Amino acid sequence: MRKKKLAGIFMSLMVAAGVMAGCNSSSTGGEEDKGGTIKIGANLELSGGVASYGQSIKEGIDLALEEINKEGIDGKKLKLVPFDNKSEAPESINGATKLISQDKVVAIIGAATSGNTKAQIEIAQSNSVPLLTPTGTADDVTVKDGKLNDFVFRTCFIDPFQGTVAANFASKDLKAKTAAVFIDSASDYSKGLAASFKELFEKKGGKIVIQEAYVAKDTDFHAQLTNIKGKNPDFIFVPGYYEEVGLIVKQARELGIDVPMMGADGWDSPKLIELAGKDALNNTYITNHYSSGDSDKKVQDFVKAFKAKYKDKSPDAFNALGYDSAYFIADAIKRAGSGDSKKIQKALAETDGLELVTGKMKLDKNHNPIKSAVILEYKNGEQTFKTKVSPE
Amino acid sequence: MEQFIQQLVNGISLGSIYALIALGYTMVYGIVKLINFAHGDVFMVGAFIGFYSITILDLGFFPALLISMAACAIFGVLIERIAYKPLRNATRIAALITAIGVSLFIEYGTIYIRGAQPEAYPNGIVPLKSLEIFGVKISGQSILILAVSIFLMIVLQFIVHKTKIGKAMRAVSHDMDAAKLMGINVNNTISATFAIGSALAGAAGVVFGMYYTKIEPLMGIIPGLKAFVAAVLGGIGIIPGAMAGGLLLGVIEALVSATGGSLWRDAVAFIVLILILIFRPAGLFGKNVREKV
Repeated sequence: MRKKKLAGIFMSLMVAAGVMAGCNSSSTGGEEDKGGTIKIGANLELSGGVASYGQSIKEGIDLALEEINKEGIDGKKLKLVPFDNKSEAPESINGATKLISQDKVVAIIGAATSGNTKAQIEIAQSNSVPLLTPTGTADDVTVKDGKLNDFVFRTCFIDPFQGTVAANFASKDLKAKTAAVFIDSASDYSKGLAASFKELFEKKGGKIVIQEAYVAKDTDFHAQLTNIKGKNPDFIFVPGYYEEVGLIVKQARELGIDVPMMGADGWDSPKLIELAGKDALNNTYITNHYSSGDSDKKVQDFVKAFKAKYKDKSPDAFNALGYDSAYFIADAIKRAGSGDSKKIQKALAETDGLELVTGKMKLDKNHNPIKSAVILEYKNGEQTFKTKVSPE
Repeated sequence: MEQFIQQLVNGISLGSIYALIALGYTMVYGIVKLINFAHGDVFMVGAFIGFYSITILDLGFFPALLISMAACAIFGVLIERIAYKPLRNATRIAALITAIGVSLFIEYGTIYIRGAQPEAYPNGIVPLKSLEIFGVKISGQSILILAVSIFLMIVLQFIVHKTKIGKAMRAVSHDMDAAKLMGINVNNTISATFAIGSALAGAAGVVFGMYYTKIEPLMGIIPGLKAFVAAVLGGIGIIPGAMAGGLLLGVIEALVSATGGSLWRDAVAFIVLILILIFRPAGLFGKNVREKV
């Protein structure tokens, strides 16, 4: 027993020493490699629960680096150092420490989820190495308690932004004057989207005639939908997840509600089509980061290049955001003129008007991208590209 | 007004599902004085059997309904024989806790076998058109739910009041020992009660799946509890009470949502339970019976 305890103390001392050593040796931040390459870390979910996210992102990054390295940046090539964080926060911390102290990367791309990104913030901040998450959408990744994490960036837009896009689309494209909002009162995601939708929709002269709520795992929405029907809105905003949304859309159509309904990336699942049925989904829309059906030349070039590299696989939003993340960093390195982490951080923050696959990128003061979102329409159970909406 | 009637229709559809489940609770309670908490899970199993009959065996709605009812009847009897019968002379609390154990066993057994992901009933199994009366839209499925429920309740009334097994059930529920002395096979009668109650739960499962589309291994918990409330509301052990209780609870829920309290819906259902227990412990249809000493 005693032995075990001692061993335990010894172990924890070792670990602590290791971490501290990691911090010390890297306090200077990333360094430029002598051999004309600049190292970028990728701390991604390559295995574990959300492995598909991490793998998709890496595919995107690999393709982007291949293209960038054809010309190089000021004669230097970018080299990716991947690390598998096994979809776990503790491993993400280990990964960030290793990439910074051992591999001496100038910046880290990752992780895919907000949680695994948040785990690395402390290390990135204290070592002054930029951390760029391709797909972490939570508010508090870049800002914590009202204070900006100045070395943390993201390529995707944040959740509430999709609400603004939906409000824009509803009032401008669908010419809706009145709207109903139907939210999942148990989810911050849903509430955040609804709040930003309401704010902009009312600013544009629209009127929210009714707001109803449900709780995740509910199955009967008839009562709320009947209330909504009684108010006759032109448009219904349902920022929920596909499990409930599928049933909501189905029951709404059964009750004879045939106005357009709209949600966000939480709808994006093949299960939605099974739950709601193809017919019920007609005249519904979602906002998303990107669509391979976008006719924009930049998007089509990307789709073509991606299909050529990955055996005709059609790139999804994760692929696109991974690809963009690599270009986002490459652009900053170019403008920074060197592989110095602090200069790269400054260049990233000053990004303005960078053309990416997922839209034209500009950062606001909280390091959140202001860029366009795509709107997809469900037609006979297929997502089709409808339009691209720019912020404001 | 239109909206009020529409809400009433919504409530009756929901209520008839509660009523179908509540019948099983009430019948079992009436005969063995056991609250069978696994009943909600029989309902879930019924929904899955119906789903697989429709998708894998490619059957229509009615054959799937019958298969599910038959399978659930057997399942219910198995539960009774394996889990409850050995405890028939044990304390009631022991049987109750066993029931909770059986319930968890079925829920997580199902998750173990097929995973926790939800399944969606295919659309358009019932080619019924929706009706529109005075601006109130009643979907074909609502009508079918109501028709199936009412039909099953009539059949149940017939079985209980006009057949020999029904007579035996009533006798056993009245006084088990006396019934035994009169030559009634108590074991078979109890099994028959479980079979009928579980078959109704199976039917409710299929109807639920068709109406609400999404089914998952833990779907039985809340409807099971609500049906229990409905059974108590009507007076547990009394068959017409379960039907009335189920319909009433469904309508109360719909009207609570209609007045803007959709998030309070579940809370109201259980507040109803508490109020009933305080003011009319025997339920709406119950008579106060003095305990025999």
